[in-house]
Amino acid sequence: MSYYNEMFDGDAVREPYARLRDWVDTMPADFRQMKQAEAEALFRRIGITFAVYGEGGDPDRLIPFDMMPRVFEQAEWRRLERGIKQRARALNAFLRDVYGRGEIVRAGRIPARLVYQNDAYEKGVVGVVPPRGVYSHIIGIDLVRTAKDEFYVLEDNCRTPSGVSYMLENREIMMRMFPQLFRGNRIEPVDQYPELLRRTLESVAPAKCSERPTCVILTPGHYNSAYYEHSFLANLMGVELVEGQDLFVDGEFCYMRTTTGPRRVDVIYRRIDDPFLDPLCFRPDSMLGIPGLMDVYRSGGVSICSAPGAGVADDKAIYTFVPEMVRFYLGEEPILNNVQTWTLWKDDDYRYVMEHLPELVVKEVHGSGGYGMLVGPKSTAAEIEAFRRKIEANPSNYIAQPTLALSTCPTFVEEGIAPRHVDLRPFCLCGDRIELVPGGLTRVALREGSLVVNSSQGGGVKDTWVLSE
Amino acid sequence: MLSRTASNLFWMGRNLERAETAARLLDVGQRITLLPNTELGYQNEWNSLLQASGTSDLFRQKYGEITQEKIEEFIFFDHDNPSSVASCLERAREAGRIVRTALTSQVWDALNVAYQELRKIERRPRSSLDTAGLTDFTTSHTSTVRGAINATQLRNDGWHFMNLGYSIERADATARLLDVKYFVLLPRIEFVGSGLDSYQWQVILRALSAHRAYHWAYGGDITAAQVADFLILNGESPRALITSLYEAVWHLEGLARRYGDSVPTEARDKAREVLTALESRNIEMIFDEGLHEFLSRFIREMATISNLVHQDYLMGGV
Repeated sequence: MSYYNEMFDGDAVREPYARLRDWVDTMPADFRQMKQAEAEALFRRIGITFAVYGEGGDPDRLIPFDMMPRVFEQAEWRRLERGIKQRARALNAFLRDVYGRGEIVRAGRIPARLVYQNDAYEKGVVGVVPPRGVYSHIIGIDLVRTAKDEFYVLEDNCRTPSGVSYMLENREIMMRMFPQLFRGNRIEPVDQYPELLRRTLESVAPAKCSERPTCVILTPGHYNSAYYEHSFLANLMGVELVEGQDLFVDGEFCYMRTTTGPRRVDVIYRRIDDPFLDPLCFRPDSMLGIPGLMDVYRSGGVSICSAPGAGVADDKAIYTFVPEMVRFYLGEEPILNNVQTWTLWKDDDYRYVMEHLPELVVKEVHGSGGYGMLVGPKSTAAEIEAFRRKIEANPSNYIAQPTLALSTCPTFVEEGIAPRHVDLRPFCLCGDRIELVPGGLTRVALREGSLVVNSSQGGGVKDTWVLSE
Repeated sequence: MLSRTASNLFWMGRNLERAETAARLLDVGQRITLLPNTELGYQNEWNSLLQASGTSDLFRQKYGEITQEKIEEFIFFDHDNPSSVASCLERAREAGRIVRTALTSQVWDALNVAYQELRKIERRPRSSLDTAGLTDFTTSHTSTVRGAINATQLRNDGWHFMNLGYSIERADATARLLDVKYFVLLPRIEFVGSGLDSYQWQVILRALSAHRAYHWAYGGDITAAQVADFLILNGESPRALITSLYEAVWHLEGLARRYGDSVPTEARDKAREVLTALESRNIEMIFDEGLHEFLSRFIREMATISNLVHQDYLMGGV
C-alpha cells in the first residue's frame, strides 16, 4: 500500500512545508534532543498528563509530543472548514429532527430502529428544544487524509470530545521553544478558542436568563483522565470548574454553592456522560450528578452542553447516514467523504466482512479510544480468528471499514526523521454561530507502520498549522 | 468562589501547617533521646508528644512499644497516621491539585515538588535516612510553599482561606503542645533550680522552634511564667496563641469586608471575641484560672471558630 506523504512529493517538498525543510535539515541532533527534553519538562511542569487505567504502572502519563508540525495551506483548510461546518449543521439538524417530528425516519432515509432503539437516544427529552435548537455545541470530527484532495471522516464526536487542551498547549510550547519558526511562517493563531467557546456557551443561555449568563464546566472530578483539560479550559475561560456536589436544584433553577451563598448557573458545559447527569432521571447510583437537574433542563431553567441525548448522532451505526443527513436537511452535497462502512447486522455486509477480515478494520459500534478494534492487515491469523468469534457472538455490535491508507507526516524518531501516520481532530463550535479555529489536534501513530493514533495505544500529538495567505 | 474551592484552600493551609508541626515533634523527640536523665525515660517524653498530636492511642495499637525507628516511621511516613508528615503533605497536594486553577504556578510547583520529593524519600531504605534530615526536608519544603503563597498569590478570598487554615491550625497546635506539658510550666518547689525544669521548658520552646527567639525576646534565665507568656501572650512570638489568633481575625475581617453584609460573619465575631478576651489577660491571671483549664477552653474555642468558618463560607449558604 502506498501512503500520501504530507511533506514530500517524491523528493520535492510540498509548498506548505517549504520553510520547514531547512529547519529540519540544519538542526543538530544534540539540539533536537535538548529541545525534546525541554518540551517534556514543560508538559510535566504544567501538569498536562492523561491517565490510563487498568494497565498498571503510573496512571499519570505524558502524551508524547512531536516537535515536527503538521501543516495545511490556506486553500486546503478552507475546504476542510466548509466540510466540517456543513457536517456540524447537518448533525444538529438531525438531532432537532429526531427529538421532534422525525421527518428523516418518516421519509425512510434512516431506519427507525437505529434511531429510536439506540442506547444513546434519550426518550426523556423528546419535544424539548434547547436554545437556538443546538444539541451538540462542541463537535470533534476525526479526519484522515489519503491523497492531496481526499479527506475522509472517520467519526463524529457530538458528546464531549476531548483533546482541545493539547491543541492549545502544543502551540504554546512550540511558540515558546521555536519563536523564529513563527516569525518566518505566517501561522494562523488558535488561542482564541477558549474565548470562542465561552461566547458559544453564553449564546445558548436559556430564555429565562436575563443577565449575563453564568457558565460552568462540570467535571467528574480529579480522578478523571481528562481532568487537566477541564481545569485548563475553566481557567482560560474564567468560569468555575464544578463537580456534581457543588450544584443543587432549588425550584426551577440550578445553583452552585459558593462562599457568598447560592449562585444561579445558566449554562453547564458538562464533561460527564448522560447516564450520570441526574440520579433521579438516569442511574440512581450516580454520585457525579445533580438530583433534579433534568427537570430544570426540561423546563428551560438551565442549558446543558451538549444536550442530553446528543449522543444518538455520533454513534457508529448512525455515522453511515451522515451524508444522507447533509442532503436531506441542507439540500447540499457532502463536502467531506464518509469511509465506506459495512454494518454487520445486514446479511450481505456480514458475509462480505467475514470473508475479508484480513483486509478490513472492524470496530465496536460503541467503542472508543482504539480499544476493542481489529486492524486486519496488522493482525496475526490467531488475532483475526479470535476477533471473528467475538463478531459471531454479537454481529450487530460491529461495523467494518476498509483499511485506509492514512497519510504520513515526517516525525522525529530515534534515528532522525521518518514518516508516521497521522489523523486530525478539529473542534467545531455551534451556538448562535458556527465557528472553527484554524487548527486542531493532530495525532500521530509513533510506532512504525502503525495506523492506530489513539494516545492509549502509543499515539503522540503534533502542533497543527494553518498558513495564512 | 466555590465553597469546595475555599474548603480545599483552607485545608491545604491546615495540612501544610500540620506537616510542619509533625516534623518539629520528630525533631524535639529526637533531641530528648540524646539527653540523659529524663524523669521517666524518653519513652514518656515521646508519649506526651504523641498525645499532643492526638495519636498516642493509634501508635500503641499499631506499634506497641516505643522505639526510635517506630516513632520515625509513624510520625513521618505512616499513611495510617492522619497527622504524619506524609499524610499531611499528600492531602495538601491533593487539595492543591483539585483547586489547581486557584493557585499560582509557583505555589503549585512548590507543592508538587514537595510531594514528588516525598515519594522519592519513601522509596529509599529507612536506614539511609536520619531524623534531622527528615525534619529539614519538611520544614524547607513547607517554607518554600509558604513563601510562594506570600510572594505570588493574589490577595483575594482564596488567599484569606489558605491563611486562615494556617493560623487556626497553628493556634491549635501550640495550645495542644502546651496543654500536654502544662504541668512543667507550673511553679513547683521540687524542680526549682534542679535543672530539670529549665530543660523541660527548652523542650517546649524547641518544639515550637522558639528557643532562640525566646532569648532574643526576654534574655536571661528561663522562667515558667516567661515561657508561658512567650507562647501565649507575646504578640512578637510567631507561634504564640495570640499571634495566630490575631492573624485568623485579620483574615476573617478581610473576608467580611470583601463579601459585605449579605454573608454571615459568625466566625469573625467569635474570633474577635476570643481575641479580645485574650488581650485583656496577663499570665498571672491565666495561672490563677489554671493553665490546663485555660488551654482546654482555648482549644474548644478554636474548634468552634473552625466550625463557624465552615458554616459561614464552606457550605454554600444552604
